[in-house]
Amino acid sequence: MEVNEQIAIDHGLKSDEYKKICKLLKRTPNITELGIFSAMWNEHCSYKSSRLHLKKLPTKGKKVIQGPGENAGVIDIEDGDAIVFKIESHNHPSFIEPYQGAATGVGGIMRDVFTMGARPIANLNSIHFGSPQHKKTKNLLRGVVHGIGGYGNCMGVPTIAGQTSFDSSYNGNILVNAMTLGLVKKNKIFYSKAAGLNKPVIYVGSKTGRDGIHGASMASASFDEKIEEKKPTVQVGDPFTEKLLLEACLELMAGDSIIAIQDMGAAGLTSSSIEMASKGNLGIEIDLNKVPCRETKMTPYEIMLSESQERMLIVLENGKEEIAKKIFDKWNLDFAVIGKTTNSKNIELFFNQEQVAKIPVNILVENSPMYDRKWKKSKLPKKNKIKNEVLNKLKIKDVLKKVLSSQNICSKEWIWQQYDHTVMGDTIQKPGGDSGVVRVHGTNKAVAASVDSSAVYCWAHPLTGGKQVVAESWRNLISVGATPIAITNCLNFGSPEKKDNMGEFVECVQGIGEASKYLNFPVVSGNVSFYNQTKEVGIKPTPSIGGVGLIKDYKKMISMDLKEIDNLVLIIGKTEGHIDQSLFARTILDEKNGPPPEVNLFNEKNNGESILDLIDKEYVKSAHDISLGGLLVAISKMCIKGNKGIKINKSKKLINEIEYFFAEDQGRYLIEVNKEDLKEVTKILDKNSVHHEELGIIIQKDMIINDKTKVTIDELKSYYTSWLSKYMS
Amino acid sequence: MKSSVITFPGSNCDRDMDVALKKFGFTNKMVWHDDNELPKSDLVVLPGGFSYGDYLRCGSMASKSKIMQSVINFAKSGGLVMGICNGFQILVETGLVPGVLLRNKYLEFICKNVFVKLDNKENTYFKNLNKDVLEFHIAHNEGNYFCTKDQLKEIKDNNQIAIYYCNSEGKIEDQYNPNGSIKNIAGIFNKEKNVLGMMPHPERMIDESLSGEDGSLFFKNLLNNIK
Repeated sequence: MEVNEQIAIDHGLKSDEYKKICKLLKRTPNITELGIFSAMWNEHCSYKSSRLHLKKLPTKGKKVIQGPGENAGVIDIEDGDAIVFKIESHNHPSFIEPYQGAATGVGGIMRDVFTMGARPIANLNSIHFGSPQHKKTKNLLRGVVHGIGGYGNCMGVPTIAGQTSFDSSYNGNILVNAMTLGLVKKNKIFYSKAAGLNKPVIYVGSKTGRDGIHGASMASASFDEKIEEKKPTVQVGDPFTEKLLLEACLELMAGDSIIAIQDMGAAGLTSSSIEMASKGNLGIEIDLNKVPCRETKMTPYEIMLSESQERMLIVLENGKEEIAKKIFDKWNLDFAVIGKTTNSKNIELFFNQEQVAKIPVNILVENSPMYDRKWKKSKLPKKNKIKNEVLNKLKIKDVLKKVLSSQNICSKEWIWQQYDHTVMGDTIQKPGGDSGVVRVHGTNKAVAASVDSSAVYCWAHPLTGGKQVVAESWRNLISVGATPIAITNCLNFGSPEKKDNMGEFVECVQGIGEASKYLNFPVVSGNVSFYNQTKEVGIKPTPSIGGVGLIKDYKKMISMDLKEIDNLVLIIGKTEGHIDQSLFARTILDEKNGPPPEVNLFNEKNNGESILDLIDKEYVKSAHDISLGGLLVAISKMCIKGNKGIKINKSKKLINEIEYFFAEDQGRYLIEVNKEDLKEVTKILDKNSVHHEELGIIIQKDMIINDKTKVTIDELKSYYTSWLSKYMS
Repeated sequence: MKSSVITFPGSNCDRDMDVALKKFGFTNKMVWHDDNELPKSDLVVLPGGFSYGDYLRCGSMASKSKIMQSVINFAKSGGLVMGICNGFQILVETGLVPGVLLRNKYLEFICKNVFVKLDNKENTYFKNLNKDVLEFHIAHNEGNYFCTKDQLKEIKDNNQIAIYYCNSEGKIEDQYNPNGSIKNIAGIFNKEKNVLGMMPHPERMIDESLSGEDGSLFFKNLLNNIK
């Protein structure tokens, strides 16, 4: 087939980009080469709209071993141990085919982690669906949950935490972000940089089929009415093969055979081979006849663009082929020497003894397009004036019932009970807490992880929203007693070609950068997903932040369940009564305008560090951060989990009772302390200038508010637990 | 006491079982499915997981593994063989214990704590346990035990039902049945009571930081009974 501009455009390339290719090659590419360019230069692989802005994120720190640019980020957790982690989106495929889309998202992120030599020890996910009333929502939710469970459960990796939200902006574009943490010895980390000439290039894992061709290109475009036709671009997962691949790779990694290793994820053999060559400043030669294929008569074009799952590319030391082959034979996996490294700095492909592609590697990588897209700065919306008469008409109990049972607050047990969260025998904090926590096997340490997003805040004011998500992730780690170390981000946005959406991206990234810099909470890995858009309608900007922290002595881990009657609950951080953009404002007042709560990074850092100090001194019996839904929601969850009540006396303040209980002011926590320790705790908090006040005292049962409102624990439980399971039945 | 844990392709609770057995004093060996012979063992465990990806039928392909002939011979000569979760599914497929395991009633994977009532303490597994109700943990998609009326009568007559799903007080009722198992059955023995298959994972309940400690009771007691 003769390549021309129209064919290039059909591959998702822009006219300018096609011209650039011809100019760089000094000729017209053939169809295989065009396919390779389209795979490397799409938004998903090249980050062409985001690179410029991502550069501004803080990525370094004392604990950072590897920042962005590798398969995943790596942080130091002392004693020679390191944690490898990353979050990645699988949004587009999950909307088209929820089970396989979500499953392969989980499979892909786990591969990114074990490619670096780490055994996956925990999975997390952040999933977002359209309005519960939308006709597709129920099936999408069921399919995604089954897919995540189907893959993770079979791999034997616990799913320890997650986040689920519903918002009509996801009606046409759901979000599925999957995160994995792996454990590795610091001196046994593997990278994707090839080195040395004439080293064998090895293909291992599943055979290559025709599934997923153009998957990455599909994920780089908006949806339209022809979306059903895109089903063949969705990959099909086989977690059983991946489990074998994991064990085989780790077995090979225990020796010294591997120079470089890269999984075949988006854009398959194309991006994996090019990335390895590019990082090593080498060329690579591949004989496509040697690639194990599942189907007959596959063309070079199809082999290079297939996104069949559970495959790896390895550059081996010379003479190690037999050792490696023996291991992959043992695990019943394909193993083939398909090429070698060269000094040509080209990627050269052969098929039936003919050269079918020859492209300088640097053209594909360094010369890939980078755009400074137009973007619009957003203004901070004006504050709403909510009249006291409106608030005074409301009954606290009615409001609490509605808020606690709302779709974005209620218990997600229906979801996480379908994920194996206890396999590997080290899960010490299960889903439903502030963070999931797993022990570092065989040690006294534990790793905490959480995943957060606040699309509503980001939509109202992207800069503040970006900061808030990082701060919330930080708080969730602190609340379980973990010292926050680093984050990974999954940036889900609409079309970068629209300046409103691009503005949301730019300013969210700016907010994330500011907060992570201030909190010394660097970004070590991540991914960008643009074009979460159907025709002209994009999603609310939804950056997901995955935070990771360390608990040095796992026996000091904190959970949110109230522990002991007669203990006191303190509010850390000031309650100002910020109602705009709160869940209360949206569900009770039906008010969608106004600014999100302000994020004061000094207070975040100061409050968080002070709580860690109190935890270390063993004054804190339980803790929970105050976030979506506000104070009363936070204490309700603590009561439900601890099966205890609380007697609350709101201090005499100027702000209205409703504002006090449902505001979403940031930087706040609830902590439970023993009466005898109160003096010492107060002293420490005062010394650090941390605002604190007493919320109430723990009692046997019932939540009693200002002596006039009584809610029983059973009522709280029924508000909190009924919605989702009812919705899904 | 010597134990062996078999690793099949796709097993994923093999390490957890190894950790648990060693913690309570067993000398444990990991045995590869493709081996011919079992090492000398006092107890053989078929661990949980997704052997052969649960393809064809859960446990079906693993039941035909090379090592299984040796395991079957060991069981038939009176050796202790315990199958947990996928291991139970494998045992059912070998015919060492009667019945089948169907997909959970609500067609969903379930991971949670459950209570089980011991029905029979006249065996090496539960003899001398000072509790009748244990808190265990389940994590499975196909744990819905089923057998024919005749089989049910037979296993009842032979006291082959090992544990039932129940509540914390030991009440065996439909509402405490997580997966639709016939008569709330969570685990069964062979006729001779040396082979035990059960869905719950005692190896996930072995210290206070985990889901509970009734697994510790179980393993300690088992070791003492074997001694």
